[in-house]
Order: sequence, then structure tokens, then C-alpha cells
Amino acid sequence: MTMRFMLLFSRQGKLRLQKWFTSMSDREKKKIIRDMTTMVLARQPRSCNFMQWKDLKIVYKRYASLYFCLGVESQENELLALEIIHRYVELLDKYFGNVCELDIIFNFEKAYFILDEFLMGGEVQETSKQIVNRSIEASDMLQEVRFTDMHAHTHKCT
Amino acid sequence: MALKIVKGSIDRMFDKNLQDLVRGIRNHKEDEAKYISTCIDEIKQELKQDNIAVKANAVCKLTYLQMLGYDVSWAAFNIVEVMSSSKFTYKRIGYLAASQCFHENTDVIMLTTNQIRKDLSSPNQYDTGVALTGLSCFVTPDLARDLANDIMTLMSHTKPYIRKKAVLIMYKVFLKYPESLRPAFPRLKEKLEDPDPGVQSAAVNVICELARRNPKNYLSLAPLFFKLMTSSTNNWVLIKIIKLFGALTPLEPRLGKKLIEPLTNLIHSTSAMSLLYECVNTVIAGQYSCSVGSVCLRISVVKYLGLLAMSKILKTHPKSVQSHKDLILQCLDDKDESIRLRALDLLYGMVSKKNLMEIVKKLMIHVDKAEGTTYRDELLTKIIDICSQSNYQYITNFEWYISILVELTRLEGTRHGHLIASQMLDVAIRVKAIRAFAVAQMATLLDNAHLLTGNMQRNGICEVLYAAAWICGEFSEHLENPVQTLEAMLRPKVATLPGHIQAVYVQNAAKLFATILKNQEGNTDSTAAQETSQLMIDRLPLFVQSANLEVQERASCILQLVKYIQKLQQKDVEVAEEVSALFAGELNPVAPKAQKKVPVPEGLDLDAWINEPPSESESEDEQPKAIFTKEEPKHSRPRHTEVDEKELARRREARKQEQANNPFYIKASPSSQKVYQETPGVEHIPVVQIDLSVPLKVPGLPMSDQYVKLEEERRQKERAEKKKKEKKKRKEKRSGRGKKHDSGPESEEDITPAHVVDIVTEEMPENALPSDDDDKDPNDPHKVCDIQGNLQDGSQVVVSVIFENKSDSFLKSMEFNVLDSLNSKLQRPEGSGPHDGLTVPFQLPPGVSNEARFVFTVQSIVMPQKLKGTLTFIVKDSSTHEKLDFKLHFTCTSYLITTPCYSDAFAKLLESGDLKSSSVRLEGVNMPFHHLLARICFHHHFSVVERIDSCASMYSRSIQGHHVCLLVKTSGQTVSIDAKCDEPTLLGNVLDEIKQTFSQC
Repeated sequence: MTMRFMLLFSRQGKLRLQKWFTSMSDREKKKIIRDMTTMVLARQPRSCNFMQWKDLKIVYKRYASLYFCLGVESQENELLALEIIHRYVELLDKYFGNVCELDIIFNFEKAYFILDEFLMGGEVQETSKQIVNRSIEASDMLQEVRFTDMHAHTHKCT
Repeated sequence: MALKIVKGSIDRMFDKNLQDLVRGIRNHKEDEAKYISTCIDEIKQELKQDNIAVKANAVCKLTYLQMLGYDVSWAAFNIVEVMSSSKFTYKRIGYLAASQCFHENTDVIMLTTNQIRKDLSSPNQYDTGVALTGLSCFVTPDLARDLANDIMTLMSHTKPYIRKKAVLIMYKVFLKYPESLRPAFPRLKEKLEDPDPGVQSAAVNVICELARRNPKNYLSLAPLFFKLMTSSTNNWVLIKIIKLFGALTPLEPRLGKKLIEPLTNLIHSTSAMSLLYECVNTVIAGQYSCSVGSVCLRISVVKYLGLLAMSKILKTHPKSVQSHKDLILQCLDDKDESIRLRALDLLYGMVSKKNLMEIVKKLMIHVDKAEGTTYRDELLTKIIDICSQSNYQYITNFEWYISILVELTRLEGTRHGHLIASQMLDVAIRVKAIRAFAVAQMATLLDNAHLLTGNMQRNGICEVLYAAAWICGEFSEHLENPVQTLEAMLRPKVATLPGHIQAVYVQNAAKLFATILKNQEGNTDSTAAQETSQLMIDRLPLFVQSANLEVQERASCILQLVKYIQKLQQKDVEVAEEVSALFAGELNPVAPKAQKKVPVPEGLDLDAWINEPPSESESEDEQPKAIFTKEEPKHSRPRHTEVDEKELARRREARKQEQANNPFYIKASPSSQKVYQETPGVEHIPVVQIDLSVPLKVPGLPMSDQYVKLEEERRQKERAEKKKKEKKKRKEKRSGRGKKHDSGPESEEDITPAHVVDIVTEEMPENALPSDDDDKDPNDPHKVCDIQGNLQDGSQVVVSVIFENKSDSFLKSMEFNVLDSLNSKLQRPEGSGPHDGLTVPFQLPPGVSNEARFVFTVQSIVMPQKLKGTLTFIVKDSSTHEKLDFKLHFTCTSYLITTPCYSDAFAKLLESGDLKSSSVRLEGVNMPFHHLLARICFHHHFSVVERIDSCASMYSRSIQGHHVCLLVKTSGQTVSIDAKCDEPTLLGNVLDEIKQTFSQC
């Protein structure tokens, strides 16, 4: 599954998350973001989830007020891309517990960490939900431990 | 939960953390930019502090701002600082910021190499993890080169978490630093059998991607993948593997056979749509003979993909898609435009004679319903494309098509007026049987032109008036009421039309005028004719004042002409004949490539200078004078100012002669007109049906729907007739085996077109090939060259013969005669005996050559033939009858028509097993392979299907539909030709002829 980018944006076209799997200049990124938001938002409800854009297939899906948009290379399987979007939503849901747009806005770095455990370099890294959750939790705990360490340390200082 | 505790502690720690920033931005919707610029100032302050926690917080906020579109590249160094923190919390944020903000040209990346290396070898697997994740986003060729070894070691890490990430990032490293692939590959291959499924799937991912780029090198892994495919239950992995096999099978056809079984199993067992789709796609791409039909029905649940897949199937298994026609038509109702467009594309490929009307009817309904102009225009072009594809192959009733076109003119605001117009012209010109009907329709259109042009915004459609005017003018003899049409064409409103259309109006008004005069002069009452002239004189001045030059010029020209005619009319002179002579003769379509096909006469060098090239020393202004004075008087044609009746008749005759002998002039086929009257149901068509209640409809035009019904009736009638005939036959035969005849679905062949249409196309002059010299007396002054046969239908061959007079005397009264054989007969006009000669329709002055065409009926084409013939003629001066014997050589090659063939159709043909094979070897052929191919194509009317290195497949078809396939191989000077054909005798003869061609060179 060679993915190029994943974008999350709201119905108003506000970007909530962007992940680029290949290195790209800011100008290119901005252009793609603009094109994707206008294209996807212009779609009628109940339209199909796939579009062709330049040499890429764009697969998008709307969850509540949020659009998940994935750009994959043209030989890729559209349904699998849809599956990936859905799996990511499931992962977010599991982590935040009934995820909503605000969760992603206020904890955007967490959303990225989850994505990084699920996808990597444009490929699916881990297909098992349990394993992804476990590793996220483990890194969070790690952060937690260090954090309380530091917290204690700062207390000592004051 | 861990998260909440983390959140709480951060809250307490800093003045403004990420959450505050987000909240702040949301609270400052009106002056967001200003708020953010103060935030950025704060962040800059924070970054200056030594506390890494504060810095990390600042970088985290920057990452958020970067997403909102703000430039944060200035903080790149701070990001690196945070990355190198020893605390995981900050490191994580640092790497996240780096993966979001860095790209290949970020210069601080150089500074990160050592830090990343340190993190990769960290004892904490999560440190290594974030480093790998970050690296996957911003790896540069330099980083890849420096870190390749470290990552390779990580592929054998004890923790699957690290192995998995290391394997995946290896792919990025290969892309940036390809040299690393060779040393890393064995280890990567090992990972395919890793005990951890995650690592295994990562390895499959990477190898699949690599293999897609260069499948050849990965064929050896096929057995391993095959094992994985049959054992794995992970759909994500299966999809990857199936995709990989899709890339491998073209290189190793045996794989395809092995795959059929597991693929079919998957197709029938899986519940995952994505896996099913992948399987079907691979099956389609590999063209395995597998029951695809049932599958595409399941796929079609996902409409868009189903349509996409079907369009692929359509190319190989058109039958199985056609059965889903209704489903596809349903997709036209879909709300989603992209689905509708896909469906349209599919429809284009699946029309047949049988369903064309139905499909177009459906489309017409959609045209009416469609809202957006773009989609409607798309529909319009598709309708026309569908109908006109492969030379109107699927249209059985052209009246229906014309009415469809007329209906389309009612579209508001379409841009495709010119497209409709060109279709109208094309059909009216090329389908002779339809002209009368087309003219009637066009006349109605002209009459209702105000409806089309009423709105200036809709002027795209007024292009059709161009076509309408031209058709009415050119074929005005078919008009019911020419005066009314003339009236319509000269209305003052016409002056608002675009110039080029007005010009056509004026010109065709003149043609109409000629026809009217002709009709009216037969009557005793001459006032009617004079009234028409007066009408012209009254109305034309409007156009004379036109701002458009073309209109003005034509109008004033014609106005003067009409005034002159009026003068003559007042003297009771009959003028109609002469006026109509202005427009005598028929305009005919010429294939666009015809000019190219005309062979350059021998001895003519098109690149040579006609006169001495101007030397530079000569003064330039003298040059043109010299040319003018040298010009021979014969170049300027004497102009006949007075044209009398006789002269006109003579000229007309001469022109007919000339047309008859002009090889580029496509003659009227006598069969077309009479068939039209036989068409059942034509009388029922109400041509005038005025419906004024519906203002936007052009009244008086028959609806295309009626044709669908009529067509149905006609076919039923035909079927009934056929059955009757069959019954009769059966009675005669008294055999009980006839059952299979009477039922069964109507096949494509059963549908005969309502009009036997004369679709004139691509009729090109064949290249002249002089026949063997031994057939003629080389000393004879009158040399006859024969020309290769030109197809008419299955049994008729047109032979063009070039007569060249090499003597010094004038030849006349030439008669061409051939001794018929059992197989081939010269077609003679009705009433003449079987041995009568045909008069050659021209005379030959000395040194002149001319061409005449003769039609032969040939029964069997499998053998070459030689016909003996004589040419008798009178030498003018001596008035003696002389005779010249010749032989006409009908080679088998001359029965072949160059027919293009696609490689898949070709392969199918070869597989079918109906063909007999034969082969021939040519020795000592000393020419490049492409010359050889070109020679076979040129001399033997083949077309190249496919060429691979020194091997090529070629195809041709005989006029009776025999397929001839060649496989030409060359090695050194030896050429071997393996050939297949459904008629072995024909094949043998064609091969002999090919052999002869090459023995001559």
C-alpha cells in the first residue's frame, strides 16, 4: 500500500491533521491541501468515495464532521485504502474513547503518535489493532513515568 | 487513564501549553492572524530558554501552527535540540515536529545523523521506534547512506516492534540509496518467514513494492509467496501478495495457471470486498479464463469500482458485461457524477445493433433530466460518439438517428452545436437513402430557426442551422415545398446569425432558387417563377449590406445573377436549365487520407525546383517579370462569356465522363435508392405533426422513440418471415433436425439494417502496381497496365486499368473485353451478351494515359487467376481497327484487405483452432527487418499486429472474410513465415506470392 499522504479536515475546510509519507516542500503540500479540501468538500453526500487526482487515487470518507482523505498511488486497491481509514478511526476511537473532532484538535500530537504506530513510510506497519494499542499505551506510560519523574524534579527545585 | 494524568500535569506546568493555544485560536476567530503572531513571539521567547521542557512545549505548539499553514522553518534548529533530548517525552515531540516540518532541503538534517544513530541503538525500544518513524518521513540520500548499516542491523533486533519498523524503513532507504539493496536483501528475504506476523507483513509489503518496480528480479521468490498466499489468513497481506502475483504473471505465464485455483477459491469464499476486488482485478489483468461474470455482479455492489472493473472486463469478455446492461443503465441515475461518467464510458463499449436504440433512448431521457450543462454536454457527445462509432456500425435505422440529432438541437445552451451539425452533414452526405428524410427534417428546422436562436446565449446551437441550410440547398430536389424553405432562409432574422452561417444561407438560397425555377418552368404559368425571382431580389440586399465579407460577396454576386435571370424571364426565355447547371453535379465525401494515397507519378520529383532556383546575385524585382512573360498562353483558360444550351449539355456530359474516370470520385451506388422504398413502416412516420402547445419543442419532428417501436416491429416481421422460410425448408427436407432453428435469441447477424446504407468511406485509390511484363508485348506501343482489385463486397472486385497511349496517333472507340472464366466474370450492363465488350469511356490522344474501372464477379478467391482479354480500338488517322491482347492477373493477394487487428483479438483467433497452418522459408533475404515487414504490408496488404525484436505477427483479411495470420521471424538472412488461415489453398497461394515478391529482390 503506497500511500502519499493522509489529511484530516473539517467540513469548513480546516485542516486537523496532515501526514506526508514522502518528503515534500511546503509549497507542494499547501497546493495538495487546497486541492483536496475543495475537491472533497464539493462532493455531494452519498457520492462514491474514490476520485482520481493527477496520478493519484484519492480515497476519502466522512466521519461526523471530519473528512479523512488518503492519497494513494494509482495501482493501489481503493477498498483497502478505505479499510485503512476506517482502521485508523477505530484506533482513535479506542484511544480517546468515543473520539470526536475536538479530541483530535486538542491532542493532535496523540493522533499523530497513533498514526505513526499504524502506518509508516506509506505502508501499513501493523495490521493488528491490539498490538498498535499496546505499543501506544506502552510509550504513553513511558512518557508518564518520565513525566512524573520530571514533575517531582521540578517540585524539588521550587 | 494515562492520558488524563499527562494532560493534567502539563496544564499545571506552563503558562500556555498546546491546549491553551488551540483554545486561544478558537476564541480569536476574528483576529486569528494577530493572535497567532503574538503566540509566535511568545514561542520565540520560550525557545530562548534553557529549560528543555519549555522548549519542547514551544516546538509542540509550532507543530500545530505549521499545520495551520504558518512557516516554522526558522525553528528547525530548535526542533533538532528537542529531538536530542534524552527524555522520551520531548524526543517524541521533537521527532514529530521534524517529521512534519523537515523535507529533503532542510539543511539542519545534516546535523541529525549522529543523534539518530544514537537513538537507533538506544536500549529503549520506543526511543528507537520514534527515531525510525521520524526518519521514514525525512530520510535523505545522505542519511540513507550513513544509516543503512545501522538499520540493517535493526532488522534482526530481538524485539518484533523494532524489526517491523526497520524492515519498513529499509524500503525508503533503498529508494534513496539503491546500493544498500544488494547487501540487505538476503536479510529482508529471511523476514518473510519471521515468526512475528507483523514483521512478516512488513516484509511482504516492502518486497511487493520492490517487485512492482522491477518484477523480473523477484520471480525466484514466487514459490515462497505462493506458500504464504495459501497459508496466510491476513487479508492485508493477501491483497499485497495477490498484487505481487499480478506483476509477476506477465513474466511467467505458468504462474497464471497455478494461481487460478487459489484465486477462485478466494473469490468465492472471502467476505472482504477489498480482497475480492483485488482478486478480480488480478484475474482481469491476467485474462485467466475464469468465471468472471458472476463476480462482477457481486463487485457491482460497490458501483464505482464495479464499473471500473467492468470496463476492464469489457475489453476481454464483452458478452459477460453486456448482460449487466440494466445495472449499468441504472448507474446513470446515480447522484454521483463520476459514477455516471464511468457508466457512460462503459455504455460506449457495449452497444450493439440490437440495443443501440434502447440505450440511446435511455440517454435521451437523461439528457432531458440532466441539470448541469457540463454533464449534459458530456451526455450529448457520448450519444453522438456511441452512434457514430466505427462508421455508424450499429445504426440500423438512419431516420431514427436523424431525429435523435434533431431532438438534440433542443438542448439549451450546449456548446456542441458544431458536433451535431457535422453529424447531420456526414449522415446526409454519406447515407444516400436518408437524404429525402433528412432534407424534410432540416427544412422544418430552418422553418423553426427562431426557436433555436431566440436566445442569444444559446447560440452554440445555431451551428446546426449551418448544416440544415447546406443540406436543404444541396439536396433541394427532395424538398416538399422548396418555396417555403427559401422563404425561411431569407427571413430578416437570419441577419443576426454568425457570418459563416449567413454565407451558407445565401449560397444555398441560390441552389434552392435554381431548383424552384426548374420545377416551375414546367408549368405554363410563368408568374410563379417570376415571383420567386422577385423574392430573391427583395431579400438579398439585406445580405449585401452585411458586415461579413463572405456574406456580402456571395450575396451581391447572386443578386446580380438573379437580376439578370429576371430580365431573361421577362422576355420569356427559359433559364432554369442554365441556372441549375451552376450547381450541377454532386458533392461527394472524400476520405481524409485520399490525397496521401495518390501515388506520385513516376519521374516527378516533388522536391525538385520547377524553375531555376533564384541566384542571389540577381536582382529580385526582375524575377517575377520573367516568369510572367514566359508563361504559355494555354495556361490562361479562355472564358466563355456566352453559354448556350448545347455547350452546357456537352460540358455536363464531359464532367460525367470525367467523374466516371476519376479514380478519386466516389460513384453513386445504384443499389441504395431503391431499397429505401422497401422499408416497411416508413409511410407511418408522421412527418408533419404540429404541436404548438409545447413551445420549446421544434414542432413537426417525429420523435425518435417512434422508431424504436417501428424497429421492433420490423425486426419481428423479419423474424416471422425467416421462420416461415425455415418452415418451408423443413417441409421440403422433411428432416426432423431443424428444431434448433426456430427458437433461440436473436443474434447480431439476424438484424438487417432497415436501409441498405451506402456508407461511403475510406475508399481510396489503390496504389498502382504494374503487372508482369511477360503478359504483354513489350514492343507494342499501347501498353496496358492493370491495377489491383478493390473490394466491393464479398464477390465483386473492381479493377482499375490504366490505358497509356505510347503511339503517335489518336486512339478512339476503345472496347475492353475479357474472356470470362467459370469463376470470374466481367460485369456487363444489362441486356448485353456474355461476350460483348465494354466501351472504354474515353479517347486517348498520343502520349496520354487514363484509367477505367471494370467490375468483376468472382466466386472463389482461393486461387490466383489469369483472364485473357482483348482491347480493340480505332486509330484515328488510318481509321483501322486494331487489337491488343492482354492478360489480367488476379493474385490472391489482391483479394486481401489491410485490416488492423488488436493483439488480444489476434491471440484469440489463433487459439480458436479453426485455422490451418502452413509455413515457408525465405533464404538470402538481405534487408532490415522493418523493410521486410513494410514490404509484406505494402505488397500483400497485411498489417503488423505486434512486433517484438526480430519477430512479428501480421494480419490480413480476404474480401470473403478469411483470416490470414502470419508470424514472421528472421535470423540472419533466413526469414521463416509461419502462417495460419481458415482456407489452406488461399494460404498456400498467398505464401507463394510472398515468396515471389522476395525472390525478385
